[in-house]
Amino acid sequence: MEQRVARAEAPERAPDPTAAATIDVPPELVAQSLGEWLRAWLTRIRSGDSGVLPVILALLIITIVFQAISPHNVFLSAGNLVNLFQQSAVFIVLAMGEIFVILLGEIDLSIGYAGGVGAAVTVQLVQPATAKWPWWAAIIAGLAVCVVIGAVQGSLVTRLRLSSLIVTLAGLLIWQGTMLIILGLAFSGYPSLAGLDSNRQVIYNLMNGTIDPTISWIGAAIVVIAIGALLWFGDNHRRRSGLVAPPVSLTVIKIAMIAIVAIAVVAICNVNRAAFGTLAGVPWVIPIVLGVYFAWMMVLQRTKFGRYVYAIGGNPEAARRAGINLAAVRTLCFVICTFTAGIGLLLYASYLGGMSGNVNGGQLVLYAIASVVLAGTSLFGGRGKVLHAILGGLVIGGIYNGMGLLGLDVRWQFIVTGLVLLVAITIDSLSRRSATSGSAARV
Amino acid sequence: MGQVIKDSPAGEPRFKARGVDKHFGPVQALTQVDLDLYAGQVTALCGDNGAGKSVLTKCIAGIYEIDHGQFFWEGNPVHIRAPRDAARLGIETVYQDLALADNLDIVQNMFLGRERLRNGLLNEDDMERAASKTLADLRVTTVRSIRQPVASLSGGQRQSVAVAKAVMWNSKLVMLDEPTAALGVVQTKQVLDLIRRLRDRGLAVMVISHNLNDVFEVADRIAVVHLGRMVTQGRATDFDRQTVVDYMTTGASSRAGQRAEGNGAKSGAR
Repeated sequence: MEQRVARAEAPERAPDPTAAATIDVPPELVAQSLGEWLRAWLTRIRSGDSGVLPVILALLIITIVFQAISPHNVFLSAGNLVNLFQQSAVFIVLAMGEIFVILLGEIDLSIGYAGGVGAAVTVQLVQPATAKWPWWAAIIAGLAVCVVIGAVQGSLVTRLRLSSLIVTLAGLLIWQGTMLIILGLAFSGYPSLAGLDSNRQVIYNLMNGTIDPTISWIGAAIVVIAIGALLWFGDNHRRRSGLVAPPVSLTVIKIAMIAIVAIAVVAICNVNRAAFGTLAGVPWVIPIVLGVYFAWMMVLQRTKFGRYVYAIGGNPEAARRAGINLAAVRTLCFVICTFTAGIGLLLYASYLGGMSGNVNGGQLVLYAIASVVLAGTSLFGGRGKVLHAILGGLVIGGIYNGMGLLGLDVRWQFIVTGLVLLVAITIDSLSRRSATSGSAARV
Repeated sequence: MGQVIKDSPAGEPRFKARGVDKHFGPVQALTQVDLDLYAGQVTALCGDNGAGKSVLTKCIAGIYEIDHGQFFWEGNPVHIRAPRDAARLGIETVYQDLALADNLDIVQNMFLGRERLRNGLLNEDDMERAASKTLADLRVTTVRSIRQPVASLSGGQRQSVAVAKAVMWNSKLVMLDEPTAALGVVQTKQVLDLIRRLRDRGLAVMVISHNLNDVFEVADRIAVVHLGRMVTQGRATDFDRQTVVDYMTTGASSRAGQRAEGNGAKSGAR
């Protein structure tokens, strides 16, 4: 009897995980003034939690190195920078999708080709010789295909409890084949987006079309003022209500930095970058990327769903006990991931001027994962921001672009990008290890 | 029956269990268990490993469904078949692992699963105010910022946050599973003070503990389970350490019988 009772209760006695862990508190939470904030920030960096600082330094180093060694110092020319934004846009959008899955502690290797299937559908549907769909309907159809793919893969992972690595590895192969089949339909060659019909032109212009320089300035001003006002009044309201808020000077600096970045981007894009005639203005892809960023940032930071994504990544058991429907949240993350990848590959098709069987979806997904990890998102889940996709995507785009300028072919691009990823996760993991051992010593 | 319910405070218990049986396959985990939990009183549930403390707690919390017997809530018979039934009555449990997400901050953890919204978006200001009021009421004042991630808290602070999370929902009965097991001296004191404050607010509190120091420090009533049976329960002042140990290890105590039946006389043992 005694033994049997003991067995009934034995599994419930778990080791207690509440041993004290001391990590420095984020500086913006405790600082009352800018000076205090800076000091707290420096302490935090010294203790190993450096936030986005490494990725910004990497961006600076890449810029300086490639500017110095690129032929005719062309790296920082307006034409090349705009090209860099366009190339990075594909990595950034893919990374913004991937981050939803990575935050759960899962991974999706299929998005390069899953998105490719969507883009192939869209490009086929706007071909004037065959389908003749209007551009918007073709885009909706392509993205809808991506949503279905995400739902299928997500359900396999969450309902059947299969490993996301294996499911999406299988997906990588399946969707590559599917993409090639769709591209082979009805054409001997691959479907192109070159052509004067308006439907194909709209899709071609997603990446390549530009906004009139004057309107670019006005648009940028509106965006900066809107974001600035939101930040300013939001922080002010919190300060007046006695809630946790950053010091005024920090809010001002944040708004100023957003304004500086916006002015720099518009100024670069508004330089005439054509060898003959004029080509100036912000390419459409920039507002598209910012739109996706803003949408997903709001979803992750300001909705219940976003909160649950972080909770599941941090402690699935706590999320389950809080009554969260884990399967639904996880499946939706896979859907969002593939949907966003559909946007990314549509932009890629637009950049290429058509969809080709040579699109390397396996490489694209690795670049996307590298982008978010480089910028500090944890592969173990629970930690990361959509902003990481933008910063990391620019680093990967910068390497890709700079090596192209140097005339190094794709073989070297693979090697260097792989090395950069390796260095990034090594630094990340080492600094975190020193952070934990440091705090243990302090206790 | 062998169920000894010693003299109880006046009035109906907030929660009552009568004749509760629970088995898992052939394993009989609880046999004919009675339990009374009173408002404004801390009841310590003691017992050796495997005695059935956690099973009983999980039955009350709705994680397991009981096979036989009846629960009463404020005198009325109730069925608790799922955690949400318990939550609806105002029963909250703080498990030993605390169930906090390390990457979320204190406010986010306290509202996890019950976020407040405004226009479909999270109403952070409102949640932060409510969370900081609850922490202030419980005088949990050692945290530097309510917006710091739970990973940066000490063990006692984490326990306090988990307790605050449990009491925020107008809960009427809070069950704490080994709340001081992993804590040092100072932090244990913090948590015991917190438990007293819950009692002073009129909550019924049940503390599962091995630690008799803590039990005698904080409990108004003591209940002891042994091999799935409730062997005794009564006022803490009617017990001493040795009687509780006797009950926990053998299911009976010769000296305690003498004390309890002697109408709470202060004479007797020791």
